[in-house]
Amino acid sequence: MILSVRDLAVRFATDGGVVRAVDGVSFDLDEGEILAIVGESGSGKSVTAQTLLGLTRAPNATITGSVEFDGQDLIELDDERFREIRGKRIAMIFQDPMTSLNPVYRVGHQIVEMIRAHGKVSKKDAQDKAVELLRSVGIPNPERRVQDYPHEFSGGMRQRVMIAMALALDPDVLIADEPTTALDVTVQAQILRLLDQLNRERGLAVVLITHDLGVVAEIADRVAVMYAGQIVEDATLEDIFYDPQHPYTWGLLGSLPRLDQPRPARLAQIAGSPPSLLNPPAGCRFAARCPHEFDKCSQPPPLDGDRCWLDPADKRRLRDVDGHIGLRKDVAS
Amino acid sequence: MSGEPLLEVTDLVKHFPVKSGVIVDRVVAHVKAVDGVSLTINEGETLGLVGESGCGKSTLSRTILQLTTPTSGSVRFLGEELVGRSRRSLRPIRRQMQMIFQDPYASLNPRKRVGQIIGEPMELHGLATGRDVDRRVHELLDRVGLSAEHASRYPHEFSGGQRQRIGIARALALEPKLIIADEPVSALDVSVQAQIVNLLKDLQSELGLSYLFVAHDLGVVRHVSDRVAVMYLGRIVESAPSAKLYDQPLHPYSTALLSAVPIPDPKLNVARERLVLEGDVPSPIDPPSGCHFHTRCPWATEVCTVDDPQLEELEVAHVAACHHPRNLVPQS
Repeated sequence: MILSVRDLAVRFATDGGVVRAVDGVSFDLDEGEILAIVGESGSGKSVTAQTLLGLTRAPNATITGSVEFDGQDLIELDDERFREIRGKRIAMIFQDPMTSLNPVYRVGHQIVEMIRAHGKVSKKDAQDKAVELLRSVGIPNPERRVQDYPHEFSGGMRQRVMIAMALALDPDVLIADEPTTALDVTVQAQILRLLDQLNRERGLAVVLITHDLGVVAEIADRVAVMYAGQIVEDATLEDIFYDPQHPYTWGLLGSLPRLDQPRPARLAQIAGSPPSLLNPPAGCRFAARCPHEFDKCSQPPPLDGDRCWLDPADKRRLRDVDGHIGLRKDVAS
Repeated sequence: MSGEPLLEVTDLVKHFPVKSGVIVDRVVAHVKAVDGVSLTINEGETLGLVGESGCGKSTLSRTILQLTTPTSGSVRFLGEELVGRSRRSLRPIRRQMQMIFQDPYASLNPRKRVGQIIGEPMELHGLATGRDVDRRVHELLDRVGLSAEHASRYPHEFSGGQRQRIGIARALALEPKLIIADEPVSALDVSVQAQIVNLLKDLQSELGLSYLFVAHDLGVVRHVSDRVAVMYLGRIVESAPSAKLYDQPLHPYSTALLSAVPIPDPKLNVARERLVLEGDVPSPIDPPSGCHFHTRCPWATEVCTVDDPQLEELEVAHVAACHHPRNLVPQS
């Protein structure tokens, strides 16, 4: 196990009150594993990812719980020591590569600067390394492209540059926050292939933050589904897709317009919208939108594989009625 | 009016000049955003238009509505030519062609109440006055799944999905025949996306609307469309009834697009054959010679670099522009 998160909670004080963006999240990341954290906007998945790197530290933020990495608790680490970890041991790539690169410096320079900030490396060696890195992420003509500015790259190529930078210091963990969301599908396929290859060849452990279950199915080993600041289901890739336990997961799967199945007359939809994190419900946070809510749901369910009070046998039966599996039979034209 | 399409677009071209120069601007090139597109939409039908960013799908929808003036070509709506008309004479026609936008945050005026946003177009077009406006607004809000009390609120008080519902109510206010929806659900979360997609389909069967549904998400397009057209670098490269296009794509670009979509089924993902395209979409300023797609096409040959393939009906109701179409069923 390389990263162990326990009871992580992130709260932000705002004018409107305290926002409980992440509320008791626990998960483990194994060596060489790709863990996908899936959720919709506002579920807390990005805040979770950013907190792993100490990026949510702010005067109005309260962070509790622990993030254990290499024998130390990252939450307790001071800013100085965190810099030794951030970028070097745990690296991150973001959704929008244009805003993560400095537009007025050549990309080669940016990679060189990053390498030299973290270790005693000659300029020449760092430049060679930059070329090598660009080559390793599949950028054609790397010797020439190091001289280019970020705007001279396409969106997909920019994301490759970001990945090259993230790999520069040979990190153990890569946190990828919606790395392909801004890209077209054909380019997304290229980037996913690259991430998969880095994972296999370098044994790089990846925390992949995404809203796209298709992307998850493509490269993840394990999946944590987040809803309203909490993990509601944590399971292997196959279980999430073939034996999902939480009604929210069923809803997510059912609401996808899929290319691999006959077209249903209607998409399954989850009624309503997620609760406000200023004042989340005391019991199950999904209860208000859940078609199977019953009296027990006013109590907060514990996370035991999934966060739901339903009996496992009932789950299977109900899922077949309203989940994506049931929808398969409802075929139009 | 039977048999006549609601919308008929013929050879529509939109080139944007690229200017350069310090004191005097000179036109140095053209961005060929839309480069000779023809399509038809029948009453009650949904035409899906897919393609990657920069393929010209948004420019095409704006040009159809005459929001940008076409360089050449024709757009006929209910048999009437729209190209070359004055703004004033376009107005009564525009009423019947409404648009729904991608960004529900940017497309609603933040200073106006929802009631005004939906009601004002009706007053402008003389469809309702006074009390009638309020009554219609309440009906429309109810129809799109909001409630009458929402009329007095401002857009910022709503979630993304609710805002998109307001946008739909505004479009419906003018009782249009055709709605051009430009990426109407791509800014929304999947569960909300499903709500909006279902709403659009319900409205269609209730009101007999036609849609031009522009999107990059092939799953959503398949779900809503009767026919689908695929665009690449300003041109339609393939068009067919939805089921045919998805089951049996003829153009290599359509094949590649479909195979690039990740499927939410891990085993199937491993099992299926994938065609991952190399490289990026070329610039529409100077598109490749011959077939625009030949630089990325795994089946391209000599002829593709020189000869520009035309759209041909290769199977019944299934047209594609390709020298080496895939998946053709051999004729016996």
